Amino acid sequence: MTALSHEQIAAAVRSVCPEVGDQRASNGRPFLHVPAAAVADVARCLRDDPALRFDALMDLTAVDLLQFPYTPPRDDIAVVYLLFSYAHRHKITLEVFAPRQACAVPSVAAVWPAAIYFEREVFDLFGVTFTGHPQLRRILMPDDWQGHPLRKDYLYPADYHGVPHLRDGQSFSTSPPRAEGTS
Amino acid sequence: MTVEASTPAGERMTLNMGPHHPATHGVLRIVVESDGEVVARCTPDHGYLHRSIEKIGECVEWPMFVPYTDRIDYVCAMNANLAYCVAVERLLASDPATTVVVPRRAECIRVLVAELNRISSHLIAVGAMAMDVGAYTPFLHGIAQREAVNDIFEKLCGQRLTYNYVTIGGVAFDLHDGAVAEIAAFLDQFEREMQRFNRLVTTNTIFRDRCAGLAVVDAAQAIAWGLVGPNLRGSGVDFDLRRDESYGIYGELDVRVPKGEAFAGRHGRQGDAYDRYVVRLLEIQESVRLCRAVLQLLPPAADKPADPLGGHQAEVSKILRKVPKGAVHVRTEAPRGEMGYWIVSDGGKVPFRVRCRTGSFTAAGMFQHVMRGIFLADVVAVIGSFDVVVPEIDR
Repeated sequence: MTALSHEQIAAAVRSVCPEVGDQRASNGRPFLHVPAAAVADVARCLRDDPALRFDALMDLTAVDLLQFPYTPPRDDIAVVYLLFSYAHRHKITLEVFAPRQACAVPSVAAVWPAAIYFEREVFDLFGVTFTGHPQLRRILMPDDWQGHPLRKDYLYPADYHGVPHLRDGQSFSTSPPRAEGTS
Repeated sequence: MTVEASTPAGERMTLNMGPHHPATHGVLRIVVESDGEVVARCTPDHGYLHRSIEKIGECVEWPMFVPYTDRIDYVCAMNANLAYCVAVERLLASDPATTVVVPRRAECIRVLVAELNRISSHLIAVGAMAMDVGAYTPFLHGIAQREAVNDIFEKLCGQRLTYNYVTIGGVAFDLHDGAVAEIAAFLDQFEREMQRFNRLVTTNTIFRDRCAGLAVVDAAQAIAWGLVGPNLRGSGVDFDLRRDESYGIYGELDVRVPKGEAFAGRHGRQGDAYDRYVVRLLEIQESVRLCRAVLQLLPPAADKPADPLGGHQAEVSKILRKVPKGAVHVRTEAPRGEMGYWIVSDGGKVPFRVRCRTGSFTAAGMFQHVMRGIFLADVVAVIGSFDVVVPEIDR
C-alpha cells in the first residue's frame, strides 16, 4: 500500500494519454482535465495499473459551467469523476468538459459498475449522453420529462400532464437566483 | 417491461412490488420478473421521492441548505447535517480569512449526537430487517429504544426527526441541563436492552439460517459497485471514514471497525445478509462506546449562558455571505455509509453546485445484480439487509 501524490498519478496517466491536462480549481484543489474521447482508456489505466489501482468510483457527477465566473466564460458541462483506491488509499479527481449542445462522453460503467447508476443520474439531470452505457434512461425524473433540471439554463415547465405547478398569480423566474450583490 | 429473449415471455411472471409496499422502506417500486420461485430479473424504479434537493441547493444561501440536508436522510438527520456542515467548513478553510474554527465543546457535541443518531438509525435498520423476514416484535423493541434517543434530541433542539441542529461553525444549542446524566443513563439501560434484542433475533436460529449465505457480495464486488459503510464492511473491507479519513474530533477517538466474518457459522459466507446485519449491531456497540468516550472529553460549558459555544455564530453568518471560490469534496461516515459532498462555489452567498452522494444510492444500484437467482421471498430480506432509505436514493 503506497499512496501516490497527485503529481505522481498525473504523470502515470499522462504516459497513457499525453493530452491529459493538470489543473487546479480556484481554491487550489487539483484535478486532471481529460479529453472526452480518452476517458474510458484513462479509466481503465487508473483501475488496472498496479501502482494506481483506483478500484472505486466514489462519485460521478457534473456541474454546468454556464454562469460560472470563468475567464473566458465557458458553457460546457463538466463531468466530474471522484476516484479512490482502497488498495493504496489515494484519490484523484477527473474532469471532462462536454460541449452543452452535443453532450456525449464514453461510459465508464464497464470499468466501475457503480457508474451505471451515477451516469443515469447525470444523464437525467444534465443531459449528458454516456455512449456504451448498458441502460441509459432517466432515473429520478419521469421518463417523459422534458429538459434536464440541473442545467443552469433549465426552464421550469408550467405544468406536467396538465397539472399546473403554480398557483394563480405566481410565476417562476426562468433560472434560480444567482448571487446578486455578493458583498 | 421487456423480457430476455432466451425464455419464452409467457413462462415468466412479472411481479410489481410497490411503490407503496409495506416492506420497501419508503416509496420504492421494484419490478421483479420471476421464473417460478426464482428471481430472473429485478428492475428498481426510482424517483417517487425526488424532491430536487440538489437543485434547491443552488437556490438558497449556504446556511439555509442545512434544513434540506435533514430531508436527504431523515433516519439519521444529525449525520446528514454534519456531512454538509463539515464540507462547507472545509471549503471555508481554503482561505485563511474565512476559516471557521468550531469550538471544542461543539465538536464533542457533534460526535455525541452523530453517534446517538447512528444508534437509532441502525436500530431501525436491524428492526426493519427482522420485520422483513417476518418477525414483527423486534422492530418494536428497536423503535422503543429509538424513542429514548428522540426524547433526548427533542430536549436538545425541539425536534424528533429533522433536527437542523448541526450548523456551519458549530451546533445550534448547547446541551440542556442534565443532558450528560440523561445520556449516560440511556446508554446503560440500552446495553441491557440490546442483550435482550440479541437473544430474540441475532442468535435466533430461524432468523440466522434465513439470512445465512443470502445475497453474498465479496469484497471486490462491494468496492466495484460502490457499496459503502456497513454494507462494505459486511463484505470484509476494513474501512471506516471516521478512522481512515477522520473529520472533527474522530481522530482523537479510538474508532474500532467491525467487519463481516461469516458470522452465521456453517451455512454463512462472508458478505452475506447476516454479516451486514451483525456489522450493524457491532457498530451500535461501538457507537455506545464512542458516546461514553466523548462524554469524558466534553469540556465545561462557557461562562456566559447566552453564547455557550463561543458565540461566533454572528461572525460565521457574515463569512457565509462571501464563501471562497473553488471546489471541495468531503466524505463523512453516515449510518448508511459514505455521505460525500461535492460543492462548487463561485464566490457568492449561494452555492453554485451542491452534490450529495449517499450510501443507499449505490446500494440500490446493486439490486439488479444481487437479486438475480435468489428466491422471491428473499427479495425484501435483501432490501432490508442493505438498509436502503429511499429519500436518500431519490433526494
